[in-house]
Amino acid sequence: MKLETKSLPENINRLPKLERSSRWIFPGYGLLQGLAVSGRNFVESFYKKERMTTVQYPEERAPISPNFRNFPFLCYDDNAEAGLRCTACSICEKECPPQCIYIVLERDENGKSLKRPKVFDIDISVCMNCGICAEVCPFDSIYMDGEYEMSNDDRFGGLLLGLDRLSKSAEYHAQIRPKEAADVAAKRKAAAEKKAAAAAAKIAKAKAAAEAKKQKEMEEQANLEKGEGE
Amino acid sequence: MISDPTMPLSSPTLETGSDDDQLLRVSLGPQHPSTHGVFRMNVVLDGETVVRLKPVFGYLHRNHEKIAEGVTYLSSMPYTDRLDYICPLTNNWAYAHAVEKLAGIEVPERAEYMRVITAELTRLINHTAFAGFFLGDMGAWGSALMYAFREREKILDLFEDLTGARMMSNFMRFGGCRNDLPEGWAKRASAVVDGYGPFLDEMETFLLGNEILLSRTQNVGQVPRELLINGGVTGPMLRAAGVNYDIRKAEPYGIYDRFNFRIPLGEAGDCYDRLMIRFLEMRESLKILRQALDQLPEGDYVHPKAKIRNFKPPVGEAYARIEGPKGELGFYLISDGTVNPFRYRIRPPSFINLTLLEDMCLGLDLADVVVILGSVDIVLGEVDR
Repeated sequence: MKLETKSLPENINRLPKLERSSRWIFPGYGLLQGLAVSGRNFVESFYKKERMTTVQYPEERAPISPNFRNFPFLCYDDNAEAGLRCTACSICEKECPPQCIYIVLERDENGKSLKRPKVFDIDISVCMNCGICAEVCPFDSIYMDGEYEMSNDDRFGGLLLGLDRLSKSAEYHAQIRPKEAADVAAKRKAAAEKKAAAAAAKIAKAKAAAEAKKQKEMEEQANLEKGEGE
Repeated sequence: MISDPTMPLSSPTLETGSDDDQLLRVSLGPQHPSTHGVFRMNVVLDGETVVRLKPVFGYLHRNHEKIAEGVTYLSSMPYTDRLDYICPLTNNWAYAHAVEKLAGIEVPERAEYMRVITAELTRLINHTAFAGFFLGDMGAWGSALMYAFREREKILDLFEDLTGARMMSNFMRFGGCRNDLPEGWAKRASAVVDGYGPFLDEMETFLLGNEILLSRTQNVGQVPRELLINGGVTGPMLRAAGVNYDIRKAEPYGIYDRFNFRIPLGEAGDCYDRLMIRFLEMRESLKILRQALDQLPEGDYVHPKAKIRNFKPPVGEAYARIEGPKGELGFYLISDGTVNPFRYRIRPPSFINLTLLEDMCLGLDLADVVVILGSVDIVLGEVDR
């Protein structure tokens, strides 16, 4: 073997002991060796499990990893209309590498933002399944789906997913990615509790302030009455 | 004789002349199974001998560099997967490395180990697939490629579990990786690494003594070492000619200086050495993988202060390079302080390795051209970008 070197003495021994020019045992020996390997593979492919790698789709399906990502979906709690977590902040729209997300914010008649999307379209014929939208979303709203049988004969409408086809429940999320969904649920619960606590504290504070005011007023009243009495 | 050698050739043309100086122009590709994608070679033949070869590429141009200048830094990450789609994780790493250099971001220990593990697994994938495709180029279509892909699939399963996709990983982030290793992943990776040695043994018995392979590859496609260096050729192509240059050793990045491994070198620099070098490199990768999987520390997988939204590196420029499976993969970035890079440039190894194609092919038969092109190990996604 001519491929020898200064740096790899121990590995060179692993290579076949064939001179580059030729030190054949007999012509065709290497060929027969190779044929023996393919023969063994052929025979073993009938009974050895590690050689039987073909999955007979669609009768059989290879198991999907819980991390597998395909196209994004929008997550909602309880109700698909009111429970949608998306606030139409457009961060995903800006970060999306192929720019396949289109969002219009819903506004009331005075032009005030209602913090929910009026239109949320994802063109999955453009989407490159990268998962960046799910990663940048600060509202735990957008996640990657694992559904892969989405062939369609409508080239445009069929591949443009609107709110109706994108919205999926939090239970669905928990079903496809139990770990991620559980983490998110815990995080959201903690945040909600914190918010509730803050709100309660605010109310308590307001109440205390009101009471103090009332007390003061009463005292003033009392003073006034006292003064009148004298 | 050829009247104008620079004239573009669109279809095979028979030049007329006396019997001695008749040359045949052949347009090989772009839709040809041996061209590894959409790549065309305009070959001028004297009988069976190549007297001129002109590569034509750009059929797969997707404007990657210009697109990257219009989107945020993070948004370019999934595009890098699509450069050299056989080994997306090393592309991710090179880009993340460049941005980290630009913005001065630290990478936690565990993330560095995860990067080394995924990069070396990627090297295994690339070299295994190379062996399969290379044999396919020589007419052994079938067995070799199937065995290679069977093993490659085991690593791709690991990648699917880790990154969410078999090939389009989009895994590295500026300051670490996107997610931590799933439970039991390191154990399964160790099992795959342990099973890889016997597969390589089998593959070597299967291929490397084969007389047909020897006669097709030995002393084919040699060029002088100086020409390789001057041409900027890197990676296994360069090392097969005996030039001791590997960025993992020459300019260690990440944590490569902690591992005990060697750089295999060839001598003849022909197609056989190029194939052999890749087998030897896989053995070294296995060594690195075993060490990295043993030493894998606990900790953060991404820097706690790493930003994903509204990431703006300071004004400046950076060039970072890593040793990709195909050679030196570099990213050059100029930042003007906004969310988009001002300039984004890639140094793709397979494109630059391809520049010496004509020098390697002259004077050989047309059948050798296919073997030589295979030995360069190009991926058109990276060549055309």
